[in-house]
Amino acid sequence: MSVRLEAIHKYFSDPDQPDNRVTAVEDMTLEIQEGEMVTFLGPSGCGKTTTLRIVSGFEAPNSGTVWIGGKEVSHLPPNKRDTSMVFQSYAIFPHLSVGQNIGFGPELRGMNKKQIKDAVMEVMEVMNLTDLYHRSPDQLSGGQQQRVALARAVINRPKVLLFDEPLSNLDAKLREQMRLEIRRIQKTFGITSIYVTHDQSEAMTVSDRIVVMDKGRVMQVGTPFEIYSRPANYFVADFIGRVNFIPCTVVGATDGALNVQYQGGIGDAGSAEGSFSAGDSALTVVRPESLRLAKTEAGGPKGLLSGVVEKQVYIGATVEYEIVVPGVETPIQAVTFNPVEEGFIETGSSVEIDFGMKAAHLIPVQ
Amino acid sequence: MSQRLKNKAKQQILALRRLSGDPILLLTIVAILASLVLFILYPLFEVLITSFRDDMGRWSTAPFERFFTSQHERSALRNSLLLGVATAIAGSAVGFLFAFTITRTSVPFKKALNTIAIVPIVSPPFIGAMAIIMLFGRNGLISYQLLGIRNLNIYGFWGLMFAQVLTFFPVAYITLKGVLESISPTLEDAAMDLGGSRWKVFRRVTLPLTFPGIASAMLVLFIETLSDFGNPLILAGSRFPVLSVQAYLQITGMYNLPRGAALAVVLLIPSITAFFIQKYWVSRKQYVTITGKPTSSSIKLVSRPVQWILFGLCLFVAGIILLVYATILWAAFARVWGHDMTTLTLRHFQYVFGVGFSAVRDTLIIAGVSTPIAGILGMVIAFLVVRKRFPGRQFMDFTSMLSFAVPGTVIGIGYILAFNKPPLILTGTFAILALNFIFRYIPVGIQSGIAILRQVDPSIEEAAIDLGADARTSFRRITLPLMLPAFFSGLTFAFVRAMTAISAAIFLVSANWNLMTVQIMAQVESGRFGAASAFSVVLVAIILVAMMIIRLILTKGFSGYKGKLLQV
Ligand SMILES: Nc1ncnc2c1ncn2[C@@H]1O[C@H](COP(=O)(O)OP(=O)(O)OP(=O)(O)O)[C@@H](O)[C@H]1O
Ligand SMILES: [Mg+2]
Repeated sequence: MSVRLEAIHKYFSDPDQPDNRVTAVEDMTLEIQEGEMVTFLGPSGCGKTTTLRIVSGFEAPNSGTVWIGGKEVSHLPPNKRDTSMVFQSYAIFPHLSVGQNIGFGPELRGMNKKQIKDAVMEVMEVMNLTDLYHRSPDQLSGGQQQRVALARAVINRPKVLLFDEPLSNLDAKLREQMRLEIRRIQKTFGITSIYVTHDQSEAMTVSDRIVVMDKGRVMQVGTPFEIYSRPANYFVADFIGRVNFIPCTVVGATDGALNVQYQGGIGDAGSAEGSFSAGDSALTVVRPESLRLAKTEAGGPKGLLSGVVEKQVYIGATVEYEIVVPGVETPIQAVTFNPVEEGFIETGSSVEIDFGMKAAHLIPVQ
Repeated sequence: MSQRLKNKAKQQILALRRLSGDPILLLTIVAILASLVLFILYPLFEVLITSFRDDMGRWSTAPFERFFTSQHERSALRNSLLLGVATAIAGSAVGFLFAFTITRTSVPFKKALNTIAIVPIVSPPFIGAMAIIMLFGRNGLISYQLLGIRNLNIYGFWGLMFAQVLTFFPVAYITLKGVLESISPTLEDAAMDLGGSRWKVFRRVTLPLTFPGIASAMLVLFIETLSDFGNPLILAGSRFPVLSVQAYLQITGMYNLPRGAALAVVLLIPSITAFFIQKYWVSRKQYVTITGKPTSSSIKLVSRPVQWILFGLCLFVAGIILLVYATILWAAFARVWGHDMTTLTLRHFQYVFGVGFSAVRDTLIIAGVSTPIAGILGMVIAFLVVRKRFPGRQFMDFTSMLSFAVPGTVIGIGYILAFNKPPLILTGTFAILALNFIFRYIPVGIQSGIAILRQVDPSIEEAAIDLGADARTSFRRITLPLMLPAFFSGLTFAFVRAMTAISAAIFLVSANWNLMTVQIMAQVESGRFGAASAFSVVLVAIILVAMMIIRLILTKGFSGYKGKLLQV
């Protein structure tokens, strides 16, 4: 089922100081397609959990409406909404066995013992939990608890699955494994899902689309590729991955690209957020891995930017550089690959920096 | 400021609107608030109103004027306060002695010492006074039979204080044991590692960390002593009047309700003050970061000689307690205490199970009915207070805890004033006793319920709701089972208290509904120690059996629960 949020506003007031309103969600409008997995990504306190709880019905918005499958559900309590939540803390009932935990939903629906057991077994099968039916929750590993929580959430075949940082209690390796698992289950059951995280790589790998939030506002909605390569604004570009912001001036336009004046020459920007005309100042967003570096040679070709290597760090697979370029405030970050064949550029050397049209994305100066 | 008020009002209205979507929850809240008002506040209010009437029922400050002019009543106030302070200090000291010895040394017989220190809690709260008279009174075993002294003066301050310390130090012991256990011994080890001498570590680390607990124990003991009724009724006599007994005599002896009420108000003030200090000041100072079971207990803190001195002191106190109980047990079987003690007989028990049996039956019925209700009500209130937001939440929290602070005598007087007239006439009924017990003995259940709920992640309950449970199902299937340990400790407390209650109950018993404690008191007053002792033995036996059953249910019936859940 599709989920629609329309003009949602949510404030909290501190009980001790009711005058100090905290804005948790501001004017959020969002449409999620059937079967889609959408991730909310943003810094701590930006309102991700709150939005999720508004969808599930645990928080009532101050204004705005929530729609699930084309029906408005704003007035329904959480137990009447067809949503299932996977909690950050798993929230497994400690006094019930694994089987009873997973069977809790079907039991509430009045299924008989046999039906419940069959349903539980089926889900446990899909989740690789088969032998744990009689286990007590405190005898489970973190990953197993996670799976039990997920099994309990999907067994009712909810219309919407909600995940609140479901993997944050697991170690890095298990996290990578579980996020693929979650994606697999979500696709198997085809359940529309909202996934909250503040781990970028998690968001990039599990989602169909990402919603980047900041201070209660939606900053951008897009596919992982769009979010990374065509950020809508400074915040998104800065928040997702490592990035360079290069001040520049627009000088003209040719065949779908903008011509931009840099310190060392004129280059093309393949995409832009908003419209620019000649003479406008802008920022070019370009990722470190898109930069090409070459040692400056007397009389040799000039790059779009020229600078001096200030720092060079050898990682193994890559070499990372920080390059001071006159006119650019923070040093430019660059990454080169295959150091075995391509070699290093020593600290203190002058370098020429180039990048292609597709890698350059223009955003307005903020 | 007015903006603030407006905001508050707005929030309350919002909360109300949300509640109206859940009629059962709303109804529960309203019903609980109404009954708290009716069965806790209204009786207190009646006491206050009545204390401002003269003999003709007109408004007057006469009862209080009488109080200030009457030498006798002024000295009752002085005596009560004096006793309260003295017992609080001495009782906490003995409690600390036991708690410290048991948690911080490696003396033998710790289990036995622990049991002995708890036994007075499960007995009629005036067993100390009974034993004193039997041992040191006119025909006392020690004073007369052994030493030949006829008129040892046991009535008055010292005898009373002895009896009260014996009755109430276990409360301090339990509190302080909890506090000492929660202070990680590694703190002390660390201090000693830094080169502190034992005495210095005790003074600079252990004592300061325990101090809030000690202060809290003293305040609780102060309140308990002020409201104590059984011991002074037996031991105070007319030369050492105390407030609770004077109030009782005014009401049941002189039928002077206003003066009784005025005395009750005077009694209420110091109790409430101590309660506020305890709740809003001392409990805030508790060091919350030091909770958690100790990994290994430090037994290095005490040097060998000191350890044996502490052990000796504990043995001495334990010996006295054992002596008291041995005396009661002996008296229950002796033909006539003080005259013919070597002929053993069952006639006192025949009396208890014959003529006296209606009191046993009544007590069991009343305790049996009020205990589970108090237990459930306590859990519901704890749940509402911790998990729900509604107008009147703080009021509910506060009022339900208030009975900790209100002396039984006051609430007893309040009940007869409030419920012997319309709209609710209950005097002489079963209901007045049961209601009194229910509302007086919910606080322990509430407190432990609140403590557990604060540790239960709210998302566990949300998960249940999310899966389709309504509020009631989630409470029944998830919250209540998680609160079981608190529920059972609330049950145990309510049952023990209902079985041993006297100070309020003595106003409320009637020909139809009588209580064992009141019977015991009556036997003591008429000098029939054999019957009183037999009653006491039966009473303690019932409590012990009931506690065993509760424990059995808890460990056998809920074996699916994890041990760690049960220990909370
Ligand atoms: N019950 C509440 N009462 C008051 N303020 C709240 C409440 N819940 C959330 N907030 C505030 O609303 C804002 C958004 O909180 P939210 O929990 O949605 O953030 P989040 O994006 O999930 O953060 P995190 O990544 O840390 O989980 C925060 O400023 C938070 O302090
Ligand atoms: Mg969150």
